[in-house]
Amino acid sequence: MGHLVAVLLDGLIYASWLFIIAVGLTLIYGVMKILNIAHGSLYALGAYSAASLGGYWLNHGYPPMGSYAVMLAAAIVVGLIAGPVIERGLLRFMYGKDEIVLVLVTYAVFLILEDFVKLVWGVDPYFIAQPYGLLGSFDIADLTYPNYNLLLFCAAVFLGVSLAWVLARTRQGKMLAAVIHDREMSAAMGINVGRVYFITFTVGAMLGALGGALTAPMISVQPGIGAETIVLAFAVVVIGGLGSLPGAALAALLVGLVRSAAVHYRPELDLFSIYLVMAVVLIIRPKGLFSVQEARKI
Amino acid sequence: MNKNWKSLTVTMLTALLSGISIGCDAQDKPIRIGLVTFLSGPAAGPFGVPAKLAAEAIVDSLNAGKAPAPYAAKGFGGTPLELVVIDEAGGATKQVAELRNLVERQDVDFVIGYIGSGDCLAVAPVAEELKKITVLFDCGTPRVFEDASYKYVFRTRPHATMDAVAGAMYLLENRPGMKSYGGINQNYAYGQDSWADFTAVMATLKPEAVITTSQMPKFGAGQYGPEISSLLQSNSDVIHSSLWGGDLEAFMLQAAPRNLFARSQLILVAGEPYLHRLPGSIPDGTIIGARGASGVYAQKSPLNDWLRQIYKERADIYPNYPAYSVAQAFLGLKTAYEKAKALGTTGTDDIIKVFEYETFESPSGKVMMKLGKGHQAVAGTAYGTTRTVNGQITVGNIKYYPVERVQPPEGIKSIDWIKAGMKPGKW
Repeated sequence: MGHLVAVLLDGLIYASWLFIIAVGLTLIYGVMKILNIAHGSLYALGAYSAASLGGYWLNHGYPPMGSYAVMLAAAIVVGLIAGPVIERGLLRFMYGKDEIVLVLVTYAVFLILEDFVKLVWGVDPYFIAQPYGLLGSFDIADLTYPNYNLLLFCAAVFLGVSLAWVLARTRQGKMLAAVIHDREMSAAMGINVGRVYFITFTVGAMLGALGGALTAPMISVQPGIGAETIVLAFAVVVIGGLGSLPGAALAALLVGLVRSAAVHYRPELDLFSIYLVMAVVLIIRPKGLFSVQEARKI
Repeated sequence: MNKNWKSLTVTMLTALLSGISIGCDAQDKPIRIGLVTFLSGPAAGPFGVPAKLAAEAIVDSLNAGKAPAPYAAKGFGGTPLELVVIDEAGGATKQVAELRNLVERQDVDFVIGYIGSGDCLAVAPVAEELKKITVLFDCGTPRVFEDASYKYVFRTRPHATMDAVAGAMYLLENRPGMKSYGGINQNYAYGQDSWADFTAVMATLKPEAVITTSQMPKFGAGQYGPEISSLLQSNSDVIHSSLWGGDLEAFMLQAAPRNLFARSQLILVAGEPYLHRLPGSIPDGTIIGARGASGVYAQKSPLNDWLRQIYKERADIYPNYPAYSVAQAFLGLKTAYEKAKALGTTGTDDIIKVFEYETFESPSGKVMMKLGKGHQAVAGTAYGTTRTVNGQITVGNIKYYPVERVQPPEGIKSIDWIKAGMKPGKW
C-alpha cells in the first residue's frame, strides 16, 4: 500500500513538473505551428534568472518568502524580453515557410542562447536551494515530501485550467482558435494575426522561463539544463498530440506515473519507460493522444 | 674577384642567418598539448573547469621553471608547453571527431584529456589509430585497459575499482553492524561499473548484507523524486552513490529536505569535489572518496604545496581532486619525455618505451604505471567522513589505504580479483 501511494504521489509530482515545462511548447506549436527548440533555452534563462535574482534577494537578508515572488518576476521578465526579441526580430520573417525551416531557425536560436547563457553566467553552477525547503514538508506513507512539490502541482493545475479557460471562454481565446484553424481566413475576417502570434510566443516564452524558475530550487543551475529539458518536453508534447493542451496534460500524467512505477518496481526500466510510453502511443495513434483531424485544403 | 667575394659573403651571411633562424625556431617551437576537459555542461563546474585551471597553472609554472624537484626543468626538457583546450561536452561521437581535429588539424604533440568514462572508451581506439600519445587523466572505468590493450594510450590516474574496494573497507570498519545497502548510480559505464564493483566487494567482505534497491537514473536526469522515495522505503542502513556533476548536486538538494540521510548512512565515492559546493546539503557523517590521496586527502609535500599554491593564485580556492588528476597527467608525461630526451631522442616510440612501467612523484604521492602492460597507473587512496567545523565542511577520521589493498595486480580483471577475495598483489 505504501509503495502504491508513493508511486502515485511521485508520479503526480513528476507529471506536474513535466506539464509545466511542456505547456509553453505545446501552446506555441498549437497556435503558430512552430516546434520551438529554443524553448529549452528559455527554460534555462528562467532558471538562471530565478537563481540569480532569488539568490540576490536571499543573500541580502530580505524576507525569504519574498523569494517566490522574485523568482516568478524573473520568469516574467525573461519572457517579456526574450519572447518579443525572438518573435519580432527573427520568427516573423519566417512565417509561411516550411515547418522544418522553422525548426532549424529555433534550433539556431537555441544554440545562440546556450552560448549567451555561458557568456553571462559562466559555466559554474548556481544554487538557490532555500525555497525548496522553505514551505516545510508533509509526511505520508512513511515518506517525507517538501511542500514545494505541492506548489508545483498547484502551479501545473493553475496553468492548465487558466489556459483552457482563456482558450474556451474569452474573446481572445476564440480569436486564437480561429487563427489555429485557418490563418488566412482569420486575417480576412479582421483578426490581427501578427499580434496573436506575438502575444502567443511571448506567453509561451514566459511559460518556458517559468518552468525553469520553478525547477531552479531543486537542481544546480548550469549550462546544458535546457538541452535535457527540451527532449523531455518534446516527448510529452508528441505523446499528447502536437499543440494539444489536454493532450500535454494527459501525456505528462501518463509518463509521470509510468516512470514512477518503473523506478519503484523495476528500476532498470527507468531509462526506457518514457520512450516506451511514446512508442506505444505513437503505434496506436501516430499523431498523439489528442491529435486533431485536419481538413485538407483544396 | 671583388664581386665574387661580395657574393660569397652575402651567401654565407644568408646561410648563417637562415641557420640561426632555423635554430631559433627549433628551440622556441613549443610542445603543443591538446587538453580535453568539460568546459560546459553538468561536469564543467566541479570537474572540467578545475582541471582546466590546474592545467593552465601547471603549464605556466613549468614554463617558468618554478616547479619543485624533480620537475624543475622548464617546460618538457627545456621546451615550453602550449595548451590547445577543447570542450569535452557533446558526447563520445563528438569527442572522436574532436580528437581527429586536434591531431590532424591542430597538430598537437600530445593529448591529455577526458573525464567521462564513455569518452575514454570511445577515443582510446582512435588515439591508437592516429598513433598519438594520449593520456587519460580522470575517467574511472577499469574497462579501458582490462578489455583492450593500447600502445599510445596511457592513464595516469588509478581506475575506479579502488573507490569501491576502499569505500567498502572504510564503511565496514566504521559501521560494522550495517545489514543492508542500496545504491543510486548513473546509468552509463562508470555508474554501472561502480555499483557492480561495490556489490561484489560487499559480497566478499560482508556476504550477509542485503541489497535493498539499485537505482540507475539516466545521466543528467535532474529529477530524483521517485528514486528518493524508493531509497527511503528501502530503509537501507547504507546508500552507495557514484553520482557526480550536476546529478549529484541535484540529488543532494532534493534528498536532504526529505530526510533521506537521517535514515541511511551515505557514501559518495566521488564526493570530494562537492565539499565546498553544496553548503548545508552534505550532512555530517557522509563518507567521501577522492580516488586517491587527492584534494582534501593530499598529504603535505613540496609538490602538493606547489600545486595548492599555483592553483590558489589562479582560482582563489584550493584544488579539488580533478586538479590533482590533471597534475598527475602532466607530471607523468613530463617524466617520460625528459627520460626519453636524456636517452637521446624524443620520438613517440621512445617516449612510450620509458612511459611504460614508469614511476613518478605527484602532489598525491607516488604513482606507478603498473597495470595495462604499463599504461594504467596505480596508487593508494583515502577515505574520510564529513564534519562541520566552525561552519565549514571538512573531513575527519581519514584513513589511507595502500595500493596493494585496493587495486588488483596485473593480469586479472578487477571484478575477478574482487570475487576471488581481493588478495593483495606484489608491487
